[in-house]
Amino acid sequence: MATEAHGSEEGGLVFHPMDQFIVKPLFGDGPVSFFTITNVTLWMAVAIVAVVVLMVLGTSRRAVIPSRTQSVAELAYGFIYKMVEDVAGKDAVGFFPYIMTLFMFIVFANFLGLIPMSFTTTSHFAVTVVLALLVFVTVTIVGFVKNGAKFLGLFWVSSAPLALRPILAVIELISYFVRPVSHSIRLAGNVMAGHAVIKVFAGFAAIAVVSPVSVVAITAMYGLEVLVAFIQAYVFTILTCVYLKDALHPSH
Amino acid sequence: MEGQLAHIGAGLAAIGSGAAAIGVGNVAGNFLAGALRNPSAAASQTATLFIGIAFAEALGIFSFLVALLLMFAV
Amino acid sequence: MATETQAADAAHGASAPGMPQLDFSNWGHQIFWLLVTLVVIYFVLSRIALPRIAAVLAERQGTITNDIAAAEDLKAKAVEAEEAYNKALADARAEAQRIIAEAKAEIQADLDAATAKADAEIAAKTAESEKRISEIRAGAMQSVEEVARDTAAEIVAAMGGKADAKTVAAAVAERMKG
Repeated sequence: MATEAHGSEEGGLVFHPMDQFIVKPLFGDGPVSFFTITNVTLWMAVAIVAVVVLMVLGTSRRAVIPSRTQSVAELAYGFIYKMVEDVAGKDAVGFFPYIMTLFMFIVFANFLGLIPMSFTTTSHFAVTVVLALLVFVTVTIVGFVKNGAKFLGLFWVSSAPLALRPILAVIELISYFVRPVSHSIRLAGNVMAGHAVIKVFAGFAAIAVVSPVSVVAITAMYGLEVLVAFIQAYVFTILTCVYLKDALHPSH
Repeated sequence: MEGQLAHIGAGLAAIGSGAAAIGVGNVAGNFLAGALRNPSAAASQTATLFIGIAFAEALGIFSFLVALLLMFAV
Repeated sequence: MATETQAADAAHGASAPGMPQLDFSNWGHQIFWLLVTLVVIYFVLSRIALPRIAAVLAERQGTITNDIAAAEDLKAKAVEAEEAYNKALADARAEAQRIIAEAKAEIQADLDAATAKADAEIAAKTAESEKRISEIRAGAMQSVEEVARDTAAEIVAAMGGKADAKTVAAAVAERMKG
């Protein structure tokens, strides 16, 4: 549909907002197999490096009076630790490394994706669906292991009138299974939408008259995207905590 | 022809993002109103605010997704 | 939907039709690398970073507690020192007052003694002087009487009379009284 030739036929304006999300092999070309080194691999590796630099190298001096990097690492630690404790409860602290992993990966993937010409790994449903399914499966297993059959009480709203309960149970069940869908699509959708919008504005910059407006719009969108990058990581993490709380304390 | 219809459909689906915007505005506005009435309780409810915004926004993202599907995948 | 041929297009770097996100041919690839990434980050965080940060935070908490205790100690010491200083100051002031009073009293005593001695000397000298003045005065009266007697005797002799010494003396003494 949107090939180069096709685009140029449409009066000079070429929009390829989705091209930035293409998975390309870094070396040579050919089909993308499991182990091919692609831009996905590259940017995930950069995310790992960033996490290591911040969380390991940044804290390597173990200073009582922290350096700048160390205080950022401690800030992240305290932020997520408090979130887990406040939202999911004190008995969820065992899941803290897991939730911290999710948060660090998403936040770094989002921010690295904001670097021009980079590749945003979290804009792909393949990534976010796996992240959300990991949370979903973990939460469901934890719920059944900790509470046994009582976990099903999550779907049986005992405060509602008896006649309504079966209907509510169906609704609750559906909403429970929609969780990973919304959880994953929210993250990928937000990130993808922001990047696509920036790309569309960039396409408008080809017209000389519009280009100043377009540059201003890109700048504004970029600012919003910086905010969104953090908020989506935060929301993903806090929803994980909320789901975890449901699994640990399934009382309605 | 079908392609054009898909584009129209994509445009219609994009209305959904406006609806989500109304929802997000509602959540944030009501939070602000409540926070101004009782500022001391506001800090403890920011997490709830973000969860609410996230839920409202997710539905808008769904409509955006439908629009994208119609644009690029049909 | 994205088909295999379109995926091949994408792989060849041509602009991909449709959404790359829905190109299921590379999902396996992405999921594989995502899991690798997550496992690596998980182990880095849970084995190295998080225990280290927790230790640093605990250490800092300990240090802060210790420092606050030490600060309390130092504060108490400072208060003590201030009290001691104030006491020493008051003592020194009292001592100074005492010394000043003593010195004043001593000086006063010396002064008094000196004054008394001087007064006594002056009095003695005055008395002596008065005595000598009265002596001189007495001496003078006597001389005057003698001179008068001699003169009278001479005058009497010159007048041709015989001057009886006794009579002349009595007359002079009478005149002198008068």
